[in-house]
Amino acid sequence: MNVGVTVNGAAQQHDVEPRTLLVHYLREACALTGTKVGCDTSSCGACTVLVDGESVKSCTMLAAQADGMSVTTIEGLAVGDAMHPVQQAFHEHHGLQCGYCTAGMVMAVVSLLEEIPDPSEHDVRIGIEGNLCRCTGYHNIVESVLAAAEEMRAQVR
Amino acid sequence: MIPAAFDYVRVESADAAIAQLAEYGDDAKLLAGGMSLLPLMKLRLATPSVLVDVGRVSELSYVRDAGDHVAIGALTRHRDIETNDVLARECGVLRAVAAQVGDNQVRHRGTIGGSVAHGDPASDLPAALLALDATFVAQGPGGTREIAASEFFQGFLETALAPDELLREIRVPKTGANGFAFEKFNRRAQDFATVGVVAARTGDGTHVGLINMGSTPLRATAVERALAQGASPSDAAAHAADGTAPSADLNASVEYREHLARVLVCRALEAL
Repeated sequence: MNVGVTVNGAAQQHDVEPRTLLVHYLREACALTGTKVGCDTSSCGACTVLVDGESVKSCTMLAAQADGMSVTTIEGLAVGDAMHPVQQAFHEHHGLQCGYCTAGMVMAVVSLLEEIPDPSEHDVRIGIEGNLCRCTGYHNIVESVLAAAEEMRAQVR
Repeated sequence: MIPAAFDYVRVESADAAIAQLAEYGDDAKLLAGGMSLLPLMKLRLATPSVLVDVGRVSELSYVRDAGDHVAIGALTRHRDIETNDVLARECGVLRAVAAQVGDNQVRHRGTIGGSVAHGDPASDLPAALLALDATFVAQGPGGTREIAASEFFQGFLETALAPDELLREIRVPKTGANGFAFEKFNRRAQDFATVGVVAARTGDGTHVGLINMGSTPLRATAVERALAQGASPSDAAAHAADGTAPSADLNASVEYREHLARVLVCRALEAL
């Protein structure tokens, strides 16, 4: 079937099987490999992308379900050479160790800060419970999220 | 993991979904948010030959004050329930339970109707709706019918819905400002409950629902009876595992689940 998705602002049209998962559509049909397959069981969150602005696990959504929708992946966050504030904060606060969870973690955080612009540390820890860091590097991830939230609020003001 | 091949049909209305079910019968499955069905399909524990995607049937996404109850469209997503103002006023317990389903990503996609129709005893919302004496409205080729929550959950992943029926609406009696408590015990964030307890004060006494204590969501009827007879929370909670039949798995033995039920019911009752 033909599935058309606006990915990072660009129209994509690909003929795929109905059973194609969104993560495979993005990685294989669109050649956007920033989104990772981790557990493949909707537990780890490595495959998190935004669908119409909200975080979802792309290993547990059919590409067909995203037909006609707008998807943002980690490749779509930066504007030119300027990283998104969440990316910048992860960079500055060393919010990663091996990096495998990072793309999904960042996308989950972008969605979280849209819903809770001024989160407490508890809000952050609960808000990223759908994303597992196997390095257990949560301390700096939480620091990064709080820093990103502060920077994004400052930009709004 | 890739699901077995299937044909995919997207419908825009409940009537169109019913027509598709009539055409394909038992070979078809309805797809809402997909948070329960797609993992089963990826494991090939479910292999429907046709998926009827009702995810965009917007007529079934709503929360309405309907007088003595709150009417919730089956395709209302968990996120929309956990943030809904009508429910904050009229049935806060449902918001609190929805807010702990899975994680943010799951709540953005998963629907209350999908959770109910899947009928998983480990899911939070079915047990909450059972405790609240909710009514489910099913639509089939011959029209709609109402099914009481107490009649709905019939076995492991088995409900009273016929293969040609669609769950349209969930009607939840108002609990207003009455106290409620939700105790969910799990080993890792976002896991299903090893055991969970929903307790709510209602017009006819305290109701207690049990998560993952049998092949269906259950009511802790012995606890409710003891409370009605004036028992203290701890005395009533001692009956929490009476009449239950939990299974053993990697997370817990039968005895441990029974112990958890007693402890969690006690905590919930003391928090009311």
